[in-house]
Amino acid sequence: MKRLFDWLDHRTGVKKLTHEALYENIPGGSRWRYVWGSTLTFALMVQFITGIFLWMAYSPSSQTAWESVYYIQYQMSGGWLLRGIHHYMAQIMTVLLALHLMQVVIDGAYKAPREVNFWFGLVLLVLTLALSLTGYLLPWDQKGYWATKVSTNIAAITPLVGEQVQRLIVGGVDYGHHTLTRFFALHAGVLPFLIIALVVGHIYLFRRHGITAKEPRRKPDAAFWPDQVFKDAVACLAVMATVLFLIILPRLRDSNAVMGAELGAPADPSEAFSAARPEWYFLFLFQFLKYFPGETEIFGAMIIPSLFMFVIFLMPFLGKWKLGHRFNIMFLFALIAGAALLTYLAKMEDKNNPIYVAAVKEAEESARRVQTLAQAGIPPNGALMLLKNDPLTQGPKLFAARCASCHRFNGHDGLGGVPSDAQSAADLQGFGSREWLTKFLSPAHISSSNMFGGTKFADGKMARFVKKDVAGFSAEEKQQLEKVIKAISAEAQIPSQAAAEKADAAAIEEGRKLATNDTMRCTECHQFRKPDDTATAPDLTGWASQEWTVAIIKNPTHERFYGKRNDRMPAFGNEGILDDRQIQMLVEWLRGEGIVNARPGP
Amino acid sequence: MTEPNREPRRDFFKKASSVVIGGAITAIPFAAGVRVIMDPLRHKAAGGQRIRVTTLDSLPKDGTPRKFAILASRADAWNKYPDAPIGAIYLRRTGDNSVEALNVVCPHAGCFVDFRTEKKGFYCPCHNSLFAMDGKIADEKSPSPRGLDTLNTEIKGNEVWVEFQNFHTGTAKKVPVA
Repeated sequence: MKRLFDWLDHRTGVKKLTHEALYENIPGGSRWRYVWGSTLTFALMVQFITGIFLWMAYSPSSQTAWESVYYIQYQMSGGWLLRGIHHYMAQIMTVLLALHLMQVVIDGAYKAPREVNFWFGLVLLVLTLALSLTGYLLPWDQKGYWATKVSTNIAAITPLVGEQVQRLIVGGVDYGHHTLTRFFALHAGVLPFLIIALVVGHIYLFRRHGITAKEPRRKPDAAFWPDQVFKDAVACLAVMATVLFLIILPRLRDSNAVMGAELGAPADPSEAFSAARPEWYFLFLFQFLKYFPGETEIFGAMIIPSLFMFVIFLMPFLGKWKLGHRFNIMFLFALIAGAALLTYLAKMEDKNNPIYVAAVKEAEESARRVQTLAQAGIPPNGALMLLKNDPLTQGPKLFAARCASCHRFNGHDGLGGVPSDAQSAADLQGFGSREWLTKFLSPAHISSSNMFGGTKFADGKMARFVKKDVAGFSAEEKQQLEKVIKAISAEAQIPSQAAAEKADAAAIEEGRKLATNDTMRCTECHQFRKPDDTATAPDLTGWASQEWTVAIIKNPTHERFYGKRNDRMPAFGNEGILDDRQIQMLVEWLRGEGIVNARPGP
Repeated sequence: MTEPNREPRRDFFKKASSVVIGGAITAIPFAAGVRVIMDPLRHKAAGGQRIRVTTLDSLPKDGTPRKFAILASRADAWNKYPDAPIGAIYLRRTGDNSVEALNVVCPHAGCFVDFRTEKKGFYCPCHNSLFAMDGKIADEKSPSPRGLDTLNTEIKGNEVWVEFQNFHTGTAKKVPVA
């Protein structure tokens, strides 16, 4: 073993190198305050390891980026952990950078002859932030997409060349495949390469000048190994433990939560995302920009931050004077306190903004929904199509946009909001069900705002029949009505009632007879199960079934429905307001069809 | 460099813990990554799909083989394709109501064989080897360890159905890729 080592040493000088690396002198002995540089090196190494593994499963294009990240997160074993480490280590790294910078400034480690190394550090700081910025877009989810759009739009305000700069960063006029290939090449290639080169220089210069000892020296000098190495190792362990804790934190709060980094719904250029925010460590900039309206944005986005960076850049010179050093410390603390204050203000503003809160909730829901849908496989045109073709996602949106100005769904607009227009047509939650029909046929409810109250049928034939005749029904007639309700509701073939209808087959059959033989007087106006040219009210054959509901939305003025007596409802299909697919999704959602059950995540 | 009055035991503790901690915290991200790239080992190949390939009428009565692409639902990582090409076969009539199906993949190194009328057999362009009409090895110098792989077929009325399957190459035994 020793001979082999000697052989190797003779050819490489490894012994001397190790010795130099390990036995560097630390004036005044090891101290905890010297660990920050080592923790950053460790964090960087972890990012390289996890990044390269993620690279093996990531696919940068607008139809595969989200999809491959979804696959890593939810389908590949251990993917959530790998992604979680990479994600949270990036966040911890920004904290470590701030701590490292503070320690260097407080200890005056930037002073001559260490100016150049200080500048190396500053460039590394900027490069690391650039890594965060580029990495944020790569999952191509709503959050990363819209937040990055904002930052690339800021690039466009650069005087003279802004638009060209933006186009070069984005790789085209708009976001697309080349935005991802460029961001990915920057994130996994250019920036890491520059960082490695600069870190080598940074550590070389650090070793050349030695550590800046904190005075007074409490202990005699010591070697790097093992005292300082031990302290560094413990600090790195704490960093790793924090990362792991952050990964499992959601699960500690909620046993169904997904562990690891968040993955929102796939980027959707047609659906602006009001909850788009940069990562928390850029929030202060985001907040800062709010104070620069209109054309003055360039001050907040470029000029003032550049001036601050310039002051930090000049710190080695300022620090030559005793007062200058104090100024540097105060300046840095003021910057950090200011950033903290702005971050706090941004958080508070969002917390008290109902639009933001609702958007976050909606984003979380669609993220969960698309994850459920993706389990059955993603179509080649991307996961966004899963959401675009999903009745459960699109139904309530269409309802809110097109129906809720008159109708309601369980009292709201489908999405949980309350429309500005007063309700003037029926509440359609459970439309077609026995409960809905029972309520409709009750004297107390038919003319309420949840049924016919707001329509021109509020005192029509049907309402009069219910309020006079049904109100005076005998016990026997009430039983008959119950059967008729079961029979008519069975026409709707609502999925959630399938089991009950199987059990009640006899009652339904009886109800059908009662409805057709005119005991209940239904067929005086309605057609039911046999052609009736004299019918004036909507057809009860297949009432509220999928086909019936689609048809009435397409054209309520058709003879089969209200004919010329139609109230205000537009012919959504015939007038081209909604296309066939949209009407289909709306109806499927109303009927509670096609619900895919979620499988818990990792 | 080291202090004269250092306790060697304390030093050893620090050295040992540094090595152990350093190893452990580096191993965590590394292990997570290795676990993820090992993921393909957990998945099985989607073999043995029964696929309607063609009609009996479309196969020449004289037994000349015809090549067909196999289209089937295919899962590729996150994507699911309803009708994607997953391979190809040669079909040949062996009687009025019987056919033989051969996977076009040469069992030697996985190249696609090609039917040549003049050679009355299947020719593999990679190593210039020849297989007979029924798929058996037809040249002495053939590097292939076995003949072309036959596939299970079924005639339903006029329809020809094939149970498509790939097999491992390079072995004398025919082992399905699963």
